Amino acid sequence: MKLTCLSSGTGYQYPPCHILEDVCGFRILLDCPLDLSALSVFSPVPPDNGFVSDGESSHISARDCYDKEQEIRKRQKFGTPLHGEDLIHDELWYKTVKNLHLWDPSSIDVVLISSVMGMLGLPFLTRAEGFSAKIYVTDAAARLARLMMEDLVSMNMEFQYFYGPRESGAPHWMRREELELLRPEVKEVVVGKDGSELGVWMPLYSLADVMDCMQKVQTLKYAEAACYNGTLVLKPFSSGSEIGSCNWTIDGPKRNITWLSCSIFASKHAMNFDYDALRGRDLVLYSDKQFLPLMDEVQSNDASSTIPSKDLSDLRCCSADKDDWKKLSESLLSTDEILEKEKLDFICSCILQSVQAGGSVVIPYNRLGILLQLLEMIPVLLESLAADVPIYVISSIAAELLAFTTVVPEWVCKPRQEKMFSGEPMFSHVDLMSKRKLHVFSAIHSPELLTTWQEPCIIFASHWSLRLGAVVHLLRRWGGDANSLLILEDGVDADIALLPFKPLEMKVLQCSFLPERRLPKIECLLKLLQPKILVLPDDLKEKLDFSNPSSDKFPVLYYTEGKTLCLPSSPEGSVDLEIASVLAERLVWQTLEKHDVMYTRLEGELVMEQGKFRLLPGIARADSHLSKTKEMKTDAG
Amino acid sequence: FLGINDPGFLLSRHRPLAISNCPTTSSDDLPLQPLAAGRWLRFLGKLLPVLRWPPQACPFLLLVEIRQSAPAMGIECLVLGAGQEIGKSCVIVTINGMRIMFDCGMHLGHSDEERYPDFSLIDGSLDCVVITHFHLDHIGALPYFTEVVGYNGPIYMTYPTKALAPLMLEDFLRISVGRGVEEKFTAEDISACMKKVTPIDLKQNIQVGKDLQIRAYYAGHVLGAAMVYAKVGDASMVYTGDYNMTPDRHLGAAQIDPLELDLVITESTYATTVRDSKYASERKFLKAVHDCVVAGGKVLIPTFALGRAQELFILLEDYWERMNLKVPIYFSSGLTKQANIYYKTLMSWTNKKIKDTIALQNAFNLKHVVSFDRSQINAPGPCVLFASPGMLSGGLSLEVFKQWAPSEVNLVMLPGHCVAGTIGHKLASGKLTKLYADNNSQIEIRCKNVNLSFSAHTDSKGIMDLLKFLSPKHAMLVHGEKPRMSILKKKIESEMGIKCYDPPNGGLVKIPSATVHVKAQTSDSFAKSCQSPNFSLSRCSTSGAVLSTDLASPLTVTDDRVGEAILFVDGGKARGVHKDELELELIVSGEGKPQVVLFGHCFPIRSKNLTNATGRLGLSGSRSLLKVLALELSHLFPQVDVQNMGDFLQVGSFILSVCTNASCTRRSSEVPGDPSTTCTYFCCSWCMEDEKLALAIISSVRNSL
Repeated sequence: MKLTCLSSGTGYQYPPCHILEDVCGFRILLDCPLDLSALSVFSPVPPDNGFVSDGESSHISARDCYDKEQEIRKRQKFGTPLHGEDLIHDELWYKTVKNLHLWDPSSIDVVLISSVMGMLGLPFLTRAEGFSAKIYVTDAAARLARLMMEDLVSMNMEFQYFYGPRESGAPHWMRREELELLRPEVKEVVVGKDGSELGVWMPLYSLADVMDCMQKVQTLKYAEAACYNGTLVLKPFSSGSEIGSCNWTIDGPKRNITWLSCSIFASKHAMNFDYDALRGRDLVLYSDKQFLPLMDEVQSNDASSTIPSKDLSDLRCCSADKDDWKKLSESLLSTDEILEKEKLDFICSCILQSVQAGGSVVIPYNRLGILLQLLEMIPVLLESLAADVPIYVISSIAAELLAFTTVVPEWVCKPRQEKMFSGEPMFSHVDLMSKRKLHVFSAIHSPELLTTWQEPCIIFASHWSLRLGAVVHLLRRWGGDANSLLILEDGVDADIALLPFKPLEMKVLQCSFLPERRLPKIECLLKLLQPKILVLPDDLKEKLDFSNPSSDKFPVLYYTEGKTLCLPSSPEGSVDLEIASVLAERLVWQTLEKHDVMYTRLEGELVMEQGKFRLLPGIARADSHLSKTKEMKTDAG
Repeated sequence: FLGINDPGFLLSRHRPLAISNCPTTSSDDLPLQPLAAGRWLRFLGKLLPVLRWPPQACPFLLLVEIRQSAPAMGIECLVLGAGQEIGKSCVIVTINGMRIMFDCGMHLGHSDEERYPDFSLIDGSLDCVVITHFHLDHIGALPYFTEVVGYNGPIYMTYPTKALAPLMLEDFLRISVGRGVEEKFTAEDISACMKKVTPIDLKQNIQVGKDLQIRAYYAGHVLGAAMVYAKVGDASMVYTGDYNMTPDRHLGAAQIDPLELDLVITESTYATTVRDSKYASERKFLKAVHDCVVAGGKVLIPTFALGRAQELFILLEDYWERMNLKVPIYFSSGLTKQANIYYKTLMSWTNKKIKDTIALQNAFNLKHVVSFDRSQINAPGPCVLFASPGMLSGGLSLEVFKQWAPSEVNLVMLPGHCVAGTIGHKLASGKLTKLYADNNSQIEIRCKNVNLSFSAHTDSKGIMDLLKFLSPKHAMLVHGEKPRMSILKKKIESEMGIKCYDPPNGGLVKIPSATVHVKAQTSDSFAKSCQSPNFSLSRCSTSGAVLSTDLASPLTVTDDRVGEAILFVDGGKARGVHKDELELELIVSGEGKPQVVLFGHCFPIRSKNLTNATGRLGLSGSRSLLKVLALELSHLFPQVDVQNMGDFLQVGSFILSVCTNASCTRRSSEVPGDPSTTCTYFCCSWCMEDEKLALAIISSVRNSL
């Protein structure tokens, strides 16, 4: 078995992407994300008035005019600080996973999707010629991903309207001479560190591609088993990071694999991380890198997030009494909660300050969970101030997204499930909307918005890259208002992202929305899972210590981006075989005189079912097989 | 070679299922307690003549294995309720030692001890309880069982069942209290009981303990109804609960995967009825309601708050929208309002059509249906009222009925089956003309009434369809009326050729588990060679001439992949290897000394051909036979050297001789056909490198003689 890390990703927004080769002869692609943070090298659609005043009405000439202007500026300003004009002024192209295009799409047998973000690049793959892999994703993630992709397509439309019909061939900025003119910061994003990434840029898929992709996807319920080709049994278990996000177990006849994606121990909205179900596997692939940037923060003891050092020591020593599973689980769950609450409280207090000062707040949301939690916390605070500040959610999919969260009790956390069982709504936004404290609009230019508009206000809008959607317009409006506030998530390169809006008077709060998973916890978790082999990203090599003599030893392997790692085959080259008793009774035994050895020649038919080899009497089997292929008429999904 | 022709051997060494499945060995005979040494020895004594093991193998190993897997192999069903009746569904199933309770219902037709299942019949502890849906005859006894009887193991039910069951139970308790009946559990018991419930999703794999696996499938019937699949070791079964094989207004049809099952326990409410399409009764329903309200009458629809009511809401809402009717539709209880909230959240458990509306408008946001106030009973003008309870068995529905019954423009719509003894039943059968009101004055019943079957149960065709789809090895009927069940039982037994049971309450059914497997290990190359095709083509003709160019003889394709494997039993471990690995395997087991592997085969030839062949040459005896063969073979295989050594023929390492040993170990189990003709056995052996040649020679010998 071989593991290739195509891209180690940047965290939640751009999860890592791997290929597992020869898993019982099959090739599995783990996630197919899209690097949306790379959009920051583009310039958003310029404000309309700039061109109307020039008397320019034709879109094509707008582009030409802009191109020339931009070229001149670049030449002039080389060596000076990066300016908004140094960005690429063209229709958006999207950066796919960097090494994926080197693989033949038809050679992939299975695609496993861990989260919504891990699915955004999938339409590029499903429309590729020869692609025929089976794609497995949880039902909730599939639904959310469809919404996200539709949103992306609709936001991208704005660019198409502005720049007109797409030119055939590569866009102008891809030309060698144009690339040379790019500023180094921008160029690095465009061509990658080693200059190999120019080929991964693609114009966005169409709505038809999205629909086509969704039809090729097979959705699974929580912990539902899918059997691929009778050989691999695949099961999703909640990872806690988002509604529908999951970790996968892959059970084959020879080896059981757990793929741990971005996981959160105690979620405030989604089903908790189900690590109990992941225990006892031969191989654990840990691909979550999200805590890495946060770890440095811990060391530098950032003011906004001070971590009680006691917690850490508690966790360190927890590995000693690891038999006490219950206690350990509790300790894994406990610390996150307080910290996340503190962080959100901090965000809320900042929001309040600017609202009180008469400014508006823009929150480019991307994490459904944060949107839902802030929608719960902010109104409570506003009420305490008796401030009449409306909350708007602006996105083409906002209404559907919020409606969807009210009908997935199977994927929300326990306390919210309890709410549902006692007849209350799981999330408070339903109430807010009926009380007209929360307004949901499909676009910034919708007539309903104009009639209800009121400032100051709190707006959740997409997109977090600050290049697409309503956010761009809102930033233009309030960019000069020193009382207004923009809340950005960690992981966005604020310097480049905010360039087109400079000079910016608006306050910007950049913080991590994610509960931090500290290394000792991860260490603890991995020890609990008791794998026979552990595979980690190489960044963790120095940071995690598995040489603790008290723990059971298991080999740890490290993978590197872009390299293929050979995983040792299972220790005994043997597989289990189940022989039907009817057949076993027919076997005629002979024995060797000298040794305690008996033998017989086998007969029958070997089949592969549910990841097990079974030897069945040939004819009887054929009969029962026929009777099982009947189709059943169904209606319910 | 020393032959052991004892099929029991392998089984006894590795998985003593075969022994414990013997009809003579009930679980009583098996040594379960370590103290009963005498019984151990007696048991050993019984086994010893049957079993043989190599001298080094430890007999205790065998016994320990038996002890572990001995208790009640196969499936045992104890019916505590709904056996040959409808009500208090409760079946205890023991699968390979794991004990599950399916449903824990109460009987609404009884108010005495008979109301609850007789839990005292449960012998030992339960591993889990699974509830299929929220109807009282499936869940009614659960609070009593957990809070009063004291069960505190895991309880599983689907999300909607967990959400809606407390509504049903509390409503039931309220009505009982209203009637002055004391129930065996309280409202606190209900909430305490529901806290212990683990909600599950459809198709979610639940692991209970180490061995038991359960999984729920969509059953239609009511929101959240499930069929439950349970598996322990090799034995598996499905308990259907109540199900519906046709979709209705708000629910889909039952849906299950093809599974390999030992037993299916199915409901049989409509064991003999085949129902018409639902659309006919829907049309009839809408027409009756429409005619009544247009004429200015009031329509009373007595239903229970959950299930049927929501289906009819959607039906009427849709119709009102299309016909642009303004007549108000009321529902009476707060329960229904509450239920509608749950139905909105649990959208994903309805049918696809409703699910797809979620993007635009939740289908359970009803525009025309509003809640009812008691003061509106005598308000003028037409209306439609849904009032609980169903069957006019009391409460508001009866109160309203008494008010509305005297007017002939009004209509009472009974959307389902009414239990004997209720006013609804009397009304439906046309026997009700007068009714005593509270003040002892009589009320003339003049209103119209319509009884329509909107049943959410499957009919007999649906039951047969499901059983045929699952094709289990055994079937069992519960939740039905005795005479109809026995008709269905006969039908199942004759049509499907499987055993079907319909035990009464308290009845015990034992089913041997047939899908057992023996575990062995195999090498990689065995698995690989089995997966790649290994076709061999041969033209076999009955005439005897193998190489004749007779085109009429059928070309047969054989693909004997598994036949290339050898199964070893070495020191208690069974291991399958490919023949190419054989020598290596023997070197390991033979202390490193290289071994020569010989393959052997001993096969019979019927004498008729034989005597013909020898008679032609005027020879007799085995030597003469071999002479004939040698001649034949050298003719057929000119490329090899066939040597006749007198007592045997030799071609390379292939040796063929006439076998006189009746207990020859190389003899295969095939039976020589015609007993009237004597048969001669040929015994051959060869080394691996000559395998192809050997097989060719054997087949040609068989065909030519």
